[in-house]
Amino acid sequence: MITKTVTVSNEQGLHMRPAGALAKVVKEYPDCEVILNVNDKSVNAKSPMQIMAACIKKGSYVKITCNGAEEEMVLDKIVAMFEDGFGE
Amino acid sequence: MNKFSGKGVYGAIAIGKISVFKRQEVSVHKTHVTDVEHEKNRVNSAKELARNQLQEIYNKAKKEVGETNAQIFEIHMMMIDDDDYNESIISIIETQLVNAEYAVAKTSEIFVQKFSSMEDSYMQARAADIKDISNRIIQNLDTSNARSSENDEKVIICADDMAPSETVLLDKEKVLAFVTAGGSINSHTAILARNMNIPAIIGVGADFLSVIKDGDSAIVDGYTGDFIISPDEKTESDYLEKQSYDRSRKELLHTLKGKDNVTIDGKKINVFANIGSTDDIGPVLANDAGGIGLFRSEFIYLESNDYPTEDEQFTAYKKALVSMAGKKVIIRTLDIGADKKAKYFDLPHEENPALGFRAIRICLSRPEIFKTQLRALLRASAYGNLGIMFPMITSVSELERVLVICDAVKAELKEKGIKYNENTELGIMIETPAAAVISDKLAPLVDFFSVGTNDLTQYTLACDRQNPSVEQYCDNHHEAILRLIETSSQNAHANGAWIGICGELAADTTLTERFLRMGIDELSVSPSYILKIREKVRSIDLSK
Repeated sequence: MITKTVTVSNEQGLHMRPAGALAKVVKEYPDCEVILNVNDKSVNAKSPMQIMAACIKKGSYVKITCNGAEEEMVLDKIVAMFEDGFGE
Repeated sequence: MNKFSGKGVYGAIAIGKISVFKRQEVSVHKTHVTDVEHEKNRVNSAKELARNQLQEIYNKAKKEVGETNAQIFEIHMMMIDDDDYNESIISIIETQLVNAEYAVAKTSEIFVQKFSSMEDSYMQARAADIKDISNRIIQNLDTSNARSSENDEKVIICADDMAPSETVLLDKEKVLAFVTAGGSINSHTAILARNMNIPAIIGVGADFLSVIKDGDSAIVDGYTGDFIISPDEKTESDYLEKQSYDRSRKELLHTLKGKDNVTIDGKKINVFANIGSTDDIGPVLANDAGGIGLFRSEFIYLESNDYPTEDEQFTAYKKALVSMAGKKVIIRTLDIGADKKAKYFDLPHEENPALGFRAIRICLSRPEIFKTQLRALLRASAYGNLGIMFPMITSVSELERVLVICDAVKAELKEKGIKYNENTELGIMIETPAAAVISDKLAPLVDFFSVGTNDLTQYTLACDRQNPSVEQYCDNHHEAILRLIETSSQNAHANGAWIGICGELAADTTLTERFLRMGIDELSVSPSYILKIREKVRSIDLSK
C-alpha cells in the first residue's frame, strides 16, 4: 500500500469532467483499490459520483492511497493528473 | 392573444403550431419479485441499451454542437457505469426483492437527494443529470415503450424544462423553436439551442403551460424573448414581415463571410470584436472577426474570490491569443471601480464611482496588482499578436508612469530569461475628454488609441449612464463627441499611431461613413455586429 498527498490545482476543482477522467483511469486497474481522503471523507476513486459528491475544491489536499496490483504505476498516473490540473 | 416573456437564447423568429413536450415518464410501481437474477439481467440489458443510445446522442451532439458541448453525454455514459450507483440498484433488488424499475427509481432518488442538498450550485445542478440517466434506464426497462413521433409538421416545442439529451434528440427538421418554463442562459440546454441555431425562449415561468395545448398557433421571438400564443391577425402579419426581414438579412450576412472590409473606392479597415471572457471566442471566430479589439480583462478578477495569480491570468490570455492564431488581440488592463467591484479589492463605497478611484488609478496606486497583470500579459505575448491597452488615461504624466512600470516588468522578464514579444503594441483608451483634447501629447507615447464612446459620452455630456432621468441628454451623436473623436484621429495619424473605436458607437451603422472619413482604422463591436459593419463598409464610396 502506498500513499501520496497532492493539492487540487485546477480552477473548478474535481467537477464532472475531471471526476470522470479520474475514475476512467482507475477503472483500468481493477485489481488496485484507490481511495481518496479529503475533508475527512473517504472516496472510492472508481466512482465518479462519489468523487463529485465529495465536492473537492481548488486548493484542497487530497491523500491518495493505492493498494493492489501495479499500485505504484497507478499512483504515478493519478498524481500526474492532479499535477497537470486535469488538463484544464 | 396571450403574451409571455422569457430570455431569448438564439435570435430568430418562429411562427407555427405548438406541440407540448410529453416526457415519457414511466410511472414506476413497486412489485415483489422472486427471480432476482432475472431483474438484475433486465437492469443490465437496459443499461446496455442506454449506453448505445448515449453513444448515438454523443455522436449527434459532437457533429451538431462540437466536442466540448457533447462531453456531457460521455460523462452520462460513465455515470451509468458508476460502481456506487450500480451497487445501490443491485442491493435494493437483492435485499427488498423488488422489480428493477423500482430499484432504479429509488437509487435515483437517493443520489438526487444527495446532490440537491449540497451547497454548491454546480453540484446541485448535477441532480438533473442523475435524473436524466435514471429515467433513460427506466424507460429502457419497458421494451414496449418505443419512442414515436406523430406528424411531420414543424412545431414549437413547449416544455417545463428540457434535459440536454432531450434537446439534442429533438429532430431538428421538425423543430421550429422551443420554449421552456425553467432553465438558465448558461444551462447546457440553452447552449445547445444556440449552437443548433434554433430560436428558443427559456425561463418563461410555469404559468404559460396551463394556457397552451397542442395545435395552438404561436410566435417565438428569440431576439426579445417574447412568446405570443394565438396571435391576432395584425400581430401575425407584423411578425411574418419581421421574420422574412430577419431571414434575408442572415442570408446576406452569410454571403459576406470571408470578404474584406473594404469600401467601394478601396479603403480597407479592420473590424474586430469586443469580448468579456475567453468563452466568447467561439462567436468571434464564427462571425469572421479580423481580431479582438477589446478583451475586457475584468472577468478574471470579478469571477475570482481573491486576486487572480499571474499563472491564472497567463493561462486565460494565452488561450485567447492561441485561439486567435496570430490575429490581433487587444487586452485592456484591469478596469474596475466602485460600480464593478471585486470584494477582495476592498474598495470603499463612493458617491460617484464613474469619477472615482478606478481602473488605471487603482493600478498606479497599487502597482503590485498592475505588475502581476502586466507580467501575465507579456508572458502571453509570446503566443500570438498581443496589444495591451490602458483605460481611463487623463494625463501625460499618468501615461508616463504606466510606461515606466511596463518597462520595469519587461526588464525583469528579460533578466530572468522569460520570453515575451518585444514588439507588443501598447495603447490607451480615449474615454475621457481630457485624453481626446491632449491626444497630440499622448499619441507619440503609444502605438494606438481606442475610443471608448460610452464613457466618453457620459464624461463629455455630464450625464450618468446609469441614471434614466438624464437619458435624453446622453446623445452619443452629439457634435462634441464626434469632434473629440476626429481630433484624436488626426493626432494619432500625425504621430504614426492608429486609432480604433470600441464603444457602442462603433456598431452604429449610421455613423460608419463619418468614421471612415475621419480616418478611423478599426471598429471593434460585439461579434454579432461584425458582418453588419462589413456590409455597411462595402457599400460606402469615399470618393464621392
